[in-house]
Amino acid sequence: MKTLEEIRKIREEKRKELDLRVNLKANTVEKHILVCRGTGCTSSHSPQIIEKFREIIKEKNIQNVKVIQTGCFGLCSKGPIVIIRPEDVFYSMVKPEDCEEIINTHILGGNLVERLLCKDIDKSEVKRLDELNFYKKQKRIALKNCGIIDPENIDEYIAFDGYKALEKVLFEMTAEEVINQISESGLRGRGGAGFPTGKKWEFTRIAKGTQKYVVCNADEGDPGAFMDRSILEGDPHSVIEAMMIAGYSIGADKGYIYVRAEYPIAVQRLKVAINQAREYGILGENIFNTGFNFDVDVRLGAGAFVCGEETALLESIEGKTGRPRLKPPFPANYGLWGKPTLINNVETYANVTRIILNGAKWYSSIGTEKSKGTKVFALGGNVVNVGLVEVPMGTTLREIVFDIGGGIPGGKEFKAAQTGGPSGGCIPKEHLDIPIDYESLSEIGSMMGSGGLIIMDDTKCMVNLAKFYLGFIVDESCGKCTPCRIGTKRMLEILEKITEGKADMEDLEKLERLAGTVKTSSVCGLGQTAPNPVLSTLRYFRDEYLEHIKNKNCPTGECKALSHMQINPEKCKKCGLCARNCPVGAIIGSREEGYKIDVDKCIKCGLCKSKCNFKAI
Amino acid sequence: MDNKCQCGGDQKDERMEKILKPYKQDKSNLIQILNDVQEAYGYIPRDAQLAISEYLGVPMAEIYGVITFYSRFSLKPKGKYNVAVCLGTACYVKGSEKILDKLKEKLGIDVGQTTKDGKFSIEATRCIGACGLAPVFTVNGEVYGKATPELLEKVIDEYMNK
Repeated sequence: MKTLEEIRKIREEKRKELDLRVNLKANTVEKHILVCRGTGCTSSHSPQIIEKFREIIKEKNIQNVKVIQTGCFGLCSKGPIVIIRPEDVFYSMVKPEDCEEIINTHILGGNLVERLLCKDIDKSEVKRLDELNFYKKQKRIALKNCGIIDPENIDEYIAFDGYKALEKVLFEMTAEEVINQISESGLRGRGGAGFPTGKKWEFTRIAKGTQKYVVCNADEGDPGAFMDRSILEGDPHSVIEAMMIAGYSIGADKGYIYVRAEYPIAVQRLKVAINQAREYGILGENIFNTGFNFDVDVRLGAGAFVCGEETALLESIEGKTGRPRLKPPFPANYGLWGKPTLINNVETYANVTRIILNGAKWYSSIGTEKSKGTKVFALGGNVVNVGLVEVPMGTTLREIVFDIGGGIPGGKEFKAAQTGGPSGGCIPKEHLDIPIDYESLSEIGSMMGSGGLIIMDDTKCMVNLAKFYLGFIVDESCGKCTPCRIGTKRMLEILEKITEGKADMEDLEKLERLAGTVKTSSVCGLGQTAPNPVLSTLRYFRDEYLEHIKNKNCPTGECKALSHMQINPEKCKKCGLCARNCPVGAIIGSREEGYKIDVDKCIKCGLCKSKCNFKAI
Repeated sequence: MDNKCQCGGDQKDERMEKILKPYKQDKSNLIQILNDVQEAYGYIPRDAQLAISEYLGVPMAEIYGVITFYSRFSLKPKGKYNVAVCLGTACYVKGSEKILDKLKEKLGIDVGQTTKDGKFSIEATRCIGACGLAPVFTVNGEVYGKATPELLEKVIDEYMNK
């Protein structure tokens, strides 16, 4: 148990001690070696790096050097990442066997380990994190503490204004004032739909009932999205604090965080954070002697995409199969166990403490007219800098893909970006300059979504992509309503026909009609948005569909059934390697005359293509 | 499962008791308990379902419904080495399908199946969150990033000889 005074004291003293984390010119002899322990870097052995550093430091009896685990720095494709502060030197793709050299050369010798410095997209060598093009256009609000603090140490969170917003709310603000601030800030739901957060809070506040609940939706099901996970892994207390503020505003004393069991690191950090907050008396009864009670529990999901839908999530917390409820009544009136319940997404909560501390005006000065603040994206796919980015609303897609993301690797061309995962749509080249905000994206048939942003190059077949997403939806449909359960299955079958070259124009018509039906008549958001990938690829890449249907040809060669293996006589050196390797003897010819593929015999296994040294197939 | 008669249920599984004990006898704990069982046993045996049913007062049919609804739970034991290929979008775009195809060919089984010797099973997972390393596959949770069909073959060979 800590008193408010003791917590304030920790904030003051620890902040001084940690100044070197954020201040390049910090006046200190200490050095902190920060090692990323996000899921990406952990998978490439960052825990061993931490261990190795600690071992060497102990062995050599080095003073004033600490090794700290942090959350995600963002640039996952360069991981494991090690940063040395205060000088902010940034080492990428570090291996445990590099630790000795970093200690000897950098820490003891005062020189840089040149070979581990990161190369920027323009090939220049980068010493400091903020010199990277990747970070120049970013603005970190929700990710503010990620990569700076040790997420398993509550004191470090407190040092950077942690639980200060809670203090402000409890002592200086009424519930109405808090909600007004949130409303005025313009914050909208970051789970994808963009509902005004202040309104949601207000609806739950005025709902009748003595028992109310605050729920955090951390069931990040969009495959290829890892924003919420990174926030929970890097800064779990910020979500807990925001849930407490929400609890105070709506009159709830209990919160649940529903998180995917597939995120073991996030689950473990959340549990550590909750226990620490309980030990300090920040969670519990009569918090800071104000009479306010609040506690949080973690509930694990078990791998069902539909549980990201708020009412399905509530069913799952209650221990049942996660099938959505009919709305209305909305959770604000009839939520968990039938009680008024506020549900927000992780990233939405992660913005709350900043808004309370810096004011609604500050927050609403960032972003566009209707979309305020920043948005975190998980940038992935065919892009150089895969990772986590946070940009002000209104940043263009081009800036994200080319300035921050570093463009498309392998000399290929940008073809499309997919936002919102299986519920979203693709954005083609001609819309690269669109500002990213809720309205602009839905105007062009996509959606903001929770933040998955997958980039595709010109080797990707858009029909096949639509098929991939629909396959996902068919797997994940809960089966409650007919349009989603059966409609999406029939749509998938038509797409399979198209990619196998068995479809005609009537099938395409059927597909479009069915998409309209599923969209308008499904019970929940999952079904209502399920046709989006099909509709948006049809809107922008219709000729690709037509090519599959009319000419039985897949322009990218991704649809195996439609690809034809051919030998380019200009590139062929007549070596005969392909013919010798063909398992069915479909390649005929000789070293004198050259070779040809017998299309009737060919089974399209692609072995010849992989064997050819001259890219002639 | 062995062939002993289990009527009366006097052969209580200690492991199960340990799992159940921290939980209140409240229906809403069902999914949390199933997660623990899945973790401990690698699947959800029938005996465990019976024990949960008794403990929480939830009918077996309902437990079966919940188990089959959530993809994390399985009714059959997995292989000694469970190989999971990520089919999240980031991995998919970077060619994880080719890796899965190679794995199926190599082991001669399909997704969700276990090899006859019980050594390997294949799982197709959605995003595991290591998108920076895409495409990825895991063997019993150990992550292999920036994977190629060749890397997969090498790794599987290593496990085969273990």
